[in-house]
Amino acid sequence: MHHVVVEQWSRGSSPLHALDARAKLGALLGFLIAISTTPPLAQAAFAAYAGVLFSALVAARLPLGAMFRRAALVLPFAATFALITWWSGDGARALALAEKSFLSGLAALLLIATTPMTQLLRALDSLGMPRPLVLVIQFLYRYLFVISEQAQHMRLASRCRQGPSAGRRSRFRAAAGAVGVLFARSWERADGIYQAMLARGFTGRFPAFAPARFRIRDGAFLVAVTAISVAIRVSL
Amino acid sequence: MKPVLKVRGLRYRYPDGTQALDGVDFHLDQGECVALLGANGSGKTTFVLHLNGLLEGEGSVEVCGIPVTRATHAQVRAKVGLVFQDSDEQLFMPTVLEDVAFGPANQGLSPQDAAARARVVLEQVGMSSALHKAPYHLSSGEKRRVALAGVLAMQPEVLVLDEPTTSLDPPGRRELVKLLGDLPQAKVLVTHDTELARVLATRAVFFERGRVAAEGPVDELIRRFDWSSEVQKSAE
Repeated sequence: MHHVVVEQWSRGSSPLHALDARAKLGALLGFLIAISTTPPLAQAAFAAYAGVLFSALVAARLPLGAMFRRAALVLPFAATFALITWWSGDGARALALAEKSFLSGLAALLLIATTPMTQLLRALDSLGMPRPLVLVIQFLYRYLFVISEQAQHMRLASRCRQGPSAGRRSRFRAAAGAVGVLFARSWERADGIYQAMLARGFTGRFPAFAPARFRIRDGAFLVAVTAISVAIRVSL
Repeated sequence: MKPVLKVRGLRYRYPDGTQALDGVDFHLDQGECVALLGANGSGKTTFVLHLNGLLEGEGSVEVCGIPVTRATHAQVRAKVGLVFQDSDEQLFMPTVLEDVAFGPANQGLSPQDAAARARVVLEQVGMSSALHKAPYHLSSGEKRRVALAGVLAMQPEVLVLDEPTTSLDPPGRRELVKLLGDLPQAKVLVTHDTELARVLATRAVFFERGRVAAEGPVDELIRRFDWSSEVQKSAE
């Protein structure tokens, strides 16, 4: 089975991986607020934020190039707004917009790459995120792998029968058919899962997640990152 | 012997009009293991879904003397443990431990007690090293064991296994057969694997077009319906 790379990273071991997910979530929130409220001309502050993220990436033993490439995926979305701003004659603001997007993307990616999804969901649950939303993400994440594996098998099967001369039109038709089949199969699977839940006594309420312990070092991390973010935001 | 399952005149028609069950009589005694044989679409799986009220047809189904009705679903589902053919549908919680604890938690156990019971059965099926693994990181054989543990954790009196050896490699299949043989519960095996039926079952029931066509010793039914899964090499 081909797992997504970030999922594998999240199961690594480093000081950052060992921290409580709630501490990392809180720290991310503080960091993002600081970045988003930084004035466009404060380039020194952006350099400092980048420095903080770089140290965290090194501490988490994550592959830098691959992380930067993935964080850059946000740039095409930000680029539209940055271009409009640049055309309207505000180059500094356009640059800041792109920088803010990239740094925010990288910070969020850092959280996901150092926190297994199970811990992240438990943290969101204990921080008061509505339970149905947590469960939707939990199920989506659980079955995303199963469905994507099915999709990969179907793609291989269709390529085996298409031959090299298949035109774009026939490939498109095959893909559209595959999407339809995937949808129908996912629907059936959802039904199967629900039956399996009922068979084990499900009555509409999920058992509570076991709460994790919040240690002193988790608190220290949260305070330190928030303090650094505020210090950069205020002084640079 | 006291019957743990007693089914009389069970009929079921799917919403699309297919008559899946057409007057099935069945009984299972304490400690007995019965193999349900028959072609695809003969009604075996539809039949077992009635044993804990997941489907409701005409006729009567009794589990340990309790008639299966909406009012008794919780009681009946605690007594009949259903292990589904597709383990992916049965393992929906984020970690192995949480998945196995799902049933006991639904039975009203506290999170600690449910987890304690889950640990015991995971030890029993030889999966205690995978407590905190996500289900999508397990092999097919491991998934099948965890799915079985999830059902055993509810301490059922009857185990219903739908194609338990599908997609298992030979060592995985051997281990599962041994594990099932050691379990004291009464069992219903839905299977095309005639070797499995020969090893585990004390009696077989042959389904044909939604009816019980015959029942008796496993070997006799396999001979009578020419149902062996062994393939003979054709003579040159």
